[in-house]
Amino acid sequence: MKRFLLPLAIFVVVVGFLGIGLTLNPREVPSPLVGKPAPEFALPQLHDPQQMLSLQDLRGKVWLLNFWASWCGGCKEEHPVLMQLAKNGEVPIYGMDYKDRRDEGVAWLRRWGNPYSVIAVDESGRVGINYGVYGVPETYVIDKAGVIRYKQIGPLDESILDKKIMPLVRELQQQ
Amino acid sequence: MRRWLLVLLLIPCLVSAEEAKPLAENPQAEARLKTLALELRCLVCQNQTLADSTAPLAEDLRREVREMIAKNMSDQEIRDFLVQRYGDFVLYRPPLKATTTFLWLGPFLLLVVGGVTLALALRRRAKTVPDPTLSAEDHQAVAQMLSEGIKRS
Repeated sequence: MKRFLLPLAIFVVVVGFLGIGLTLNPREVPSPLVGKPAPEFALPQLHDPQQMLSLQDLRGKVWLLNFWASWCGGCKEEHPVLMQLAKNGEVPIYGMDYKDRRDEGVAWLRRWGNPYSVIAVDESGRVGINYGVYGVPETYVIDKAGVIRYKQIGPLDESILDKKIMPLVRELQQQ
Repeated sequence: MRRWLLVLLLIPCLVSAEEAKPLAENPQAEARLKTLALELRCLVCQNQTLADSTAPLAEDLRREVREMIAKNMSDQEIRDFLVQRYGDFVLYRPPLKATTTFLWLGPFLLLVVGGVTLALALRRRAKTVPDPTLSAEDHQAVAQMLSEGIKRS
């Protein structure tokens, strides 16, 4: 009986590791940018291409940067959550229309509603690359000093907003 | 007259010959892109390399790498550019650092543990199997049995 004890122990440990592995999401790659200054950008706005939006414009406030596109399914999924957040007005949401056609982006917002304070257009996807975006929607929490504090990969939902993002935003706004 | 017409017909050929470009603008740069991209992971379809993937992001990243090659950046600088943005996950060969020590040393650790276990098991078995010491009588008995066996057959 005793000689089965060691193989059994090894088996239990392996099953334990595999079990934990099953609960993890391989799509969520931790971003090396969290805790680092947000990459600079200056891009034309969606509704008025003559106007620019740059990182410098947003210094001194806590804000969310949401990468989205009219072609992105997950963006439609998280859209009501963003609308609700915009309605209570606790934190401004800035949109980044990622690799999208301007007319389609505008039409999408007209159809479903616009939760964003201002939207910039990243047509080539270069700003997306600088932010390490690999699957829209992605949302960044950026503090008053322009440092990325949190990154959400994939659609936001109410529980992430209530448990992670809003407590962090309130804490950062206090600073 | 005819000869002059022929000469006139040849003029557009000369112009277009000047404008024609090779298929890949810089085959050397393309080769470098390929060797680099084979070592980089596409983040959208995670089990494909940047060279294989047809995802739009992979195309964009190949474009970035191409531009960095054109800017004469070293392979290490290009890899660093991607790691800064996407983390070590983009590298198919993870670097040796605190969080990856187990990954790198694990196999050697297992080899040592296996070797020690094997040595111990062999030693223990050597103890349980008694050394067969044969006396002169034993030898005689065996010889007798063998010779009888031969007779019987």
